[in-house]
Amino acid sequence: MMAFFKLLARNRLALLGLIVIGIVVMLAVITPLLPLADPDVTDTPNRFKPPFSSGAILGTDHLGRDLLSRLMWGTRLSLAMGFAAAVIAAALGSAIGIIAGYFGGRTDNLIMRGVDMLMAFPYILLALAIVAALGPGLMNALIAVAAVNVPFFARNIRGITVGIAHKEFVDAARLAGMRDRQIIVSEVLPNVAPVIVIAMSTTVGWMILETAGLSFLGLGSQPPQADLGSMLGEARAALITNPHTSVVPGAMILIIVMGINLLGDGIRDALDPRLKSGALTRPMAATQVDRKDPVPAATNSLLDIAALRTEFRVRGRVYKAVGGVDLHVEKGECLGIIGESGSGKSVTALSVMGLVASPPGVITHGAVHFDGADLIGAPYKNLRSLRGRRVAYIFQDPLATLHPLYRVGDQLIEAIQAHEQVSKPAARARAIDLLKSVRIPNAENRIDSFPYEMSGGMRQRVGIAMALANGPDVIIADEPTTALDVTVQAQILSVLSDLRRDRGLAIIFITHDFGVVGQLCDRVAVMYAGRIVEEGPTDAVLSAPQHPYTSRLIDCVPTLGGGQRKLSAIPGRPPMVDRLPKGCAFADRCDKARDACRAGDIALVATDAGRKTRCLFPENMERARA
Amino acid sequence: MTGYILKRLVSAVPVLLGISVIVFLIMALIPGDPATAILGSYATPENVEKLNRDLGLDQGLVARYFIWLGNMLQGDFGRSFALNRPVIDEVLDRFGATLILAGTSFVLCSILGIAAGVVSAARQYGFADKAITFVVLLGISIPSFFLGMMMILIFAVELRWFPVSGMWPIYGDRNFLVLLDHLAMPALALAVVATGVVARLARSAMLEVLRQDFIRTARAKGVRERRVIWRHALRAAMVSIIPVLGIQAGFVLSGAVYIEMVFQWPGVGRMLVDAILKRDILLVQGGVVFIAACYVMFNILVDVAQALLDPRIKT
Repeated sequence: MMAFFKLLARNRLALLGLIVIGIVVMLAVITPLLPLADPDVTDTPNRFKPPFSSGAILGTDHLGRDLLSRLMWGTRLSLAMGFAAAVIAAALGSAIGIIAGYFGGRTDNLIMRGVDMLMAFPYILLALAIVAALGPGLMNALIAVAAVNVPFFARNIRGITVGIAHKEFVDAARLAGMRDRQIIVSEVLPNVAPVIVIAMSTTVGWMILETAGLSFLGLGSQPPQADLGSMLGEARAALITNPHTSVVPGAMILIIVMGINLLGDGIRDALDPRLKSGALTRPMAATQVDRKDPVPAATNSLLDIAALRTEFRVRGRVYKAVGGVDLHVEKGECLGIIGESGSGKSVTALSVMGLVASPPGVITHGAVHFDGADLIGAPYKNLRSLRGRRVAYIFQDPLATLHPLYRVGDQLIEAIQAHEQVSKPAARARAIDLLKSVRIPNAENRIDSFPYEMSGGMRQRVGIAMALANGPDVIIADEPTTALDVTVQAQILSVLSDLRRDRGLAIIFITHDFGVVGQLCDRVAVMYAGRIVEEGPTDAVLSAPQHPYTSRLIDCVPTLGGGQRKLSAIPGRPPMVDRLPKGCAFADRCDKARDACRAGDIALVATDAGRKTRCLFPENMERARA
Repeated sequence: MTGYILKRLVSAVPVLLGISVIVFLIMALIPGDPATAILGSYATPENVEKLNRDLGLDQGLVARYFIWLGNMLQGDFGRSFALNRPVIDEVLDRFGATLILAGTSFVLCSILGIAAGVVSAARQYGFADKAITFVVLLGISIPSFFLGMMMILIFAVELRWFPVSGMWPIYGDRNFLVLLDHLAMPALALAVVATGVVARLARSAMLEVLRQDFIRTARAKGVRERRVIWRHALRAAMVSIIPVLGIQAGFVLSGAVYIEMVFQWPGVGRMLVDAILKRDILLVQGGVVFIAACYVMFNILVDVAQALLDPRIKT
């Protein structure tokens, strides 16, 4: 609760709202004690006195009544009406909602049907009908406004109650022989009460507006008694000649409602966990770059990642997802990147084309040279023109990565037209060819399917076809087969492998599966806690791993027909990337770790031909030399 | 799709019946003898007897409901005693004006609200976002009737850009431009609150969608950012925006009451308020049922639009 108030206090606008409402409510409460003129005494000779006249700071109205006094008393009445309506609506609506939600079944069905009917009315219309039946008047307007808001509470509270009614503690109470009424009062009500209060705080502004509205129409408070709405309604006749009589009550309604809305927004934000975690920030078109150090020089490789650092900055914390990665891939080559979840392999891949969600992602160091030009910090225009055309991505889980509301054909056509001026029919023909090239049967018909109409394997083929749309030089495949079953996985891998041979594609293949790496990749890089710990030709690394982490990782892979070989999970967890240890990040999980491992930074050093290892005491050295 | 539309039309029948029951029950709250209440100052013994005969007012509640429902189904909504003409004629005469006003407001709030929400989300925490957020907060906090009065004061009286009130000039031509001139202020005043609500929802719906994986895919394809926002993201966000547009349609339709009072607009809303003040019960009853029925029908259109937009809704 204290944390909640702290959060609320941090939201300056909500605090402002709270202060405004506090002042208005306080003034309304002490109004009878203030030395104000009688609000209802008419004094026609002094009608329409302008503001700041002597004896009437805000002037007088069409009957010569003191506006300040009427404003104060009117505010008091309007606030009271609004709060009363909110309380009545909340009490009745919550009672209905709790009964419907708790008893469920036919009771629930019947009640909620009725609530749906009430909600089928345009809002104010129902209030008008009620006032029409009961007759104009303050109390009747109050009843009308409360009544039309009952369904809102009933529906919300029912939803919450349904969730609670099936919780264990309610079952326990029932088994203990408590009656339904007791359970509702002692078990259910305390749990829904906070929701009721929040719902009230967000609707009280509406209630004040609506009661004022009915009074404005002459259907609420009757003369001489005035609330803010009827003051405004009476002033309307003199709007053009004496606008101050309208502005005074109107501005007051605006101030009150705005204060309540500010406060309500603050409460809502304070309670929304997504806002706290920053989950509601939108990623920008390209990852932010904040690079102060000198940029590494270009090399002759097709794609060269040099000393890349990418971090996530979340509320004062820095998560170093990628902590200085060097990688390169040549034309026609397949490079595997392997590691556990959270090792930074995906972020490395996404950094290449500036696709890391930003905020919170920031690239702080290094370079990515493609064809000799640095992509980090390149203007968005250049980056966009390379994306999909020269460097294309295939993502995991194509159900989430394909747009759910566009036909797959339209998504393919869009990929083509993003970089080429092609007519739609021509692009469509090419799209069909693409689908055929990834062995989608019946491509002419499948092109008009929506993603949800396809199987996982078919969807991933569409994902690959989309990556191939513009004949890229490099494909970055981020766990493209992880969500698929083994047979489909094998098919997808063979499609990729053929394409690579036929088109001379360079592939960066990210996975956590050594089996897949062995099948497809020429070279492999093993990542741990944001850095590469071992790199080398696939066969060499698989048969004679040098970094203890690599060998432990290989030991985790079950092999078919491997018999009784012991599968050993790696004990412990990877370190959090916002609190990396000084020395080797794997030291705490390594059974060969010595003091030297924890002393300081360990470099990635060349050990054999084409092999590098980040370990002071590498394994299998003799065997590799032999 | 035809099947879906038919299904929705059929499902509207119980809702329409429910609405008629609710309106009937509300009117049954009127204290005292119903015939006397309905007739008010016209309650001569002959009139009371005639009304009792026509509407079965001396019978039980259930019988009365079915007589009333039967009459309505034949297009007979009763007779306004204050205006001395059939209710349905008066309502239909007035409904056009309300439809023009509310329809324009609905289009305004949809376009402005969505545009503001999208821009706000795309420039999250930027200047445009902050400015829009502030204007939206102001918009949803200001009572539409007060806003209308202030607009009259500023734009009609001071600046003389628009006529003070009414739908048509007392003398002179009645053409489209003249109508537009009269419509501008009331339609805008009515749209402001709804625009704010739509803008807020659109912003949060867009923020939700922009984090989705398929947006990253679109960017990875090299789709232009403008297209990513206005096509990919907005299309997906519309799925949650459209139901809110349906609610806002009801809001502008009934909120027109205030605006029609402020701007002397000859619509159903003003007719209802006058009828309530004159205790012209049958006119209120007929008017409310008619508008509510129109709103139910409009919501079917909204559902159909939703189904067209989202193929995952099974037809």
